[in-house]
Amino acid sequence: MSLLTKTMSLAAAAAMAVTLLGSASFAEDGTGQQLYPLFTYRTGPYAPSFIPFGAGNIDYLRYINEVEGGVDGVKILVQECETAYTIERGIECYERYKNGYNGALTAAIYPHSSGLDVALTDKARIDKIPIVSPGGGQNIATDGRVFPYQYPLVFDYWSEAQIIVDYIAQQAGGYDKLKGLKIATLYHDSGYGRDTIEPLGILAKKYGFEDIQIPVPHPGEQQQTQWQQIRRANADWVFLRGWGVMTPVAIKTAARVGFPADRIIGDIWSGSEDDARPAGAAAKGYLAVSVFPPGTDYGILNTLKSDILDKGKSDLKDSSKFGTVYYNYGVIEAITFVEALRTGHKKFGNRPLTAAEGQWALEHLDIDQKRIAELGAEGLISPLKTSIDNHKGETIAAKIIQWNGQSWDTRTDWIKADASLFADVIKAKAAAYAKEKGIEPRVATN
Amino acid sequence: MTTLQESAPTKPLRRLAFGVGTIAIVAGLIAAFAVPALADDYWLSSIIIPTVIMGLAGIGLNLLMGYTGLVSIGSAAFMSIGAFSTYNLLLRAPFLPLPVVLILAGLIAAIAGVIFGLPSLRIKGFYLGASTLGAQFLFEWLFTNFSWFSNDSQSLTISAPRLQILDYDLQSATGRYYLVIATTVLLIALAFAIVKSRVGREWMAIRDMDVAASVIGIRVARRKLLSFGISSFFLGIAGALWAFGYLGTADAHAFNLDKSFQILFIVIIGGVATIFGNFLGAAFIVLTPILLDRLSLVIDLSFLGDQGALANLQHIIFGTIIIVLLIKEPDGLSSLGRRGVEALRSRARSSN
Repeated sequence: MSLLTKTMSLAAAAAMAVTLLGSASFAEDGTGQQLYPLFTYRTGPYAPSFIPFGAGNIDYLRYINEVEGGVDGVKILVQECETAYTIERGIECYERYKNGYNGALTAAIYPHSSGLDVALTDKARIDKIPIVSPGGGQNIATDGRVFPYQYPLVFDYWSEAQIIVDYIAQQAGGYDKLKGLKIATLYHDSGYGRDTIEPLGILAKKYGFEDIQIPVPHPGEQQQTQWQQIRRANADWVFLRGWGVMTPVAIKTAARVGFPADRIIGDIWSGSEDDARPAGAAAKGYLAVSVFPPGTDYGILNTLKSDILDKGKSDLKDSSKFGTVYYNYGVIEAITFVEALRTGHKKFGNRPLTAAEGQWALEHLDIDQKRIAELGAEGLISPLKTSIDNHKGETIAAKIIQWNGQSWDTRTDWIKADASLFADVIKAKAAAYAKEKGIEPRVATN
Repeated sequence: MTTLQESAPTKPLRRLAFGVGTIAIVAGLIAAFAVPALADDYWLSSIIIPTVIMGLAGIGLNLLMGYTGLVSIGSAAFMSIGAFSTYNLLLRAPFLPLPVVLILAGLIAAIAGVIFGLPSLRIKGFYLGASTLGAQFLFEWLFTNFSWFSNDSQSLTISAPRLQILDYDLQSATGRYYLVIATTVLLIALAFAIVKSRVGREWMAIRDMDVAASVIGIRVARRKLLSFGISSFFLGIAGALWAFGYLGTADAHAFNLDKSFQILFIVIIGGVATIFGNFLGAAFIVLTPILLDRLSLVIDLSFLGDQGALANLQHIIFGTIIIVLLIKEPDGLSSLGRRGVEALRSRARSSN
């Protein structure tokens, strides 16, 4: 190839690239459909958690589309966008789908990453697009007066800290027995991991237990010194806030220094099958907080099995992942999206919702016990009711699960967090944020 | 005699070329400032802004690596210093206008660059790479462990308290684009001025043979440190733009080792010792993954496998393109472009 043709072909390729990058596309017309931009991370270090999670999402939406004929007759158009769990790629996906796709409207975006959730805060406020992060959003954004477009639905780490302490109190035989106990928190040294330092400090002061905080640097493949420290301190319980490889390493190292597994309580991101199984026999008895209870014994999962999995329509390649923590998390997330659409349809009519309508719907979600029963999700999700004042949902709850060496057993019913305990702190933080950013908080008029 | 014949018309030609060059620069500037009229939010926010900023970061490293011949794999660390300095200056010294803050942040990064450049006086090549790697780890650790730098934010992330110049709000995509492009144009001009100056020539002398450079009286140590300082100045400003002009927010992990390697690749793919080549390299690094992703939207590739396999396939294709490019064009895209233009010219000449 001569140099000239080489350069010319490079130029031609560049020209083609520009056309491709532009919005020109030949995909199906999405008019009359509701867009669900599915932010994926099928590549990169966290892909193993995404694969069942994404499948749970897709399977539920396929079930809604193909069996129920859409949400109140409105079909959902799922468009995947790979982020590889990086913020940069995530922003590209957000920009690509924030205004819809080929006629299909965007009502909300689920970024599937705490980092991306934070990065989109300002953009979403300018673009007026709701950002929904079930289980992984910013706790401060609970205050919807300051964060109108941020929805940390279902769960947060402050409530988690409280639920852990509640469970330990249950085991010890009452809150008064917490006095003098030593609770060590072993945390991933990142914004995520540090998020429980403050609430545990407040709880320690309230109940009189000793609060020991020990960081583990990312990714957490070496924890010998940390566990020796726990041993020396003679801790009674360990709250393990791991992510990725850190969790199995923690469980194995605990066994090596002789710390009992049934005294370690994992965080919600340390409580999947893929967190416990690699630790082998050492994990037997290991506990974890679960907002996304594993198991297949729920009405909706039976329906998915017969209508989607058995018909070969599932996104899951490895059917043994059906009913795992991450698969169920995907189903639960898809339920929040579909229920938000239904809420919106009641007010705006059975048609695709705009972002503004999606925002209204997310602010007026009410998945009560009756609705949960209708969905066939009893035991799978706890009631969820949002408002302008509370973007997280008023009744935060989690279960404690235990690894039996093969799978998870559910140990407790829903343990509810007392929302009032930290409400003032969160309000104060949100107010400080509003001041720093020059935001005028909305007045809550539901 | 051919040389004489060719060199005879050089002078007027050079003047003409200078004229053409000026026109090209002016046209380029007008085009750059007209972009928001043509491009929508998607183009500005996720294609053009990151490419321009990464190109600017590429210039930063290229001044060090391409012109002075010093290796650094800690570029992202200096970007993070720029980003965190900008944040803290905006927050704690609210009376300072944004342009001043950017320059100060660049200077703070420059100081850090000089400090981490000190080992370059004694060691070379890969060993120096290892010492700059130290900067990479140190600053990532520093900004995650001392929450003072992120104003005790819950998630350790920083986001610009205000992005405005003279009451003009720069939060919109267009506003951020103007901030990025104006800063970049000024820094490109600065880079050209430095490279063409005595300092630039001395850097290149050091790069080509530092012993000889010291023999002819160049103060090698001082010049090397200056190179680290100026390189970090560019990187620091690029980091501030990356955090506030592009991401809107950042934590220390936004500037991890991956980012340093990306910048290194931009220099290698774009071309060592070029200024505009960095933007070609940045375009390649930023856009190819998006392009491949879009391609699979337009063309049905499902026969190759499921979505997961496709996502991984994109990485393989991206890697392959880099390898082919480096084998076929080790001098980078800029040299390919330059020789292409020359080939066009000679063809035009021969056809006359």
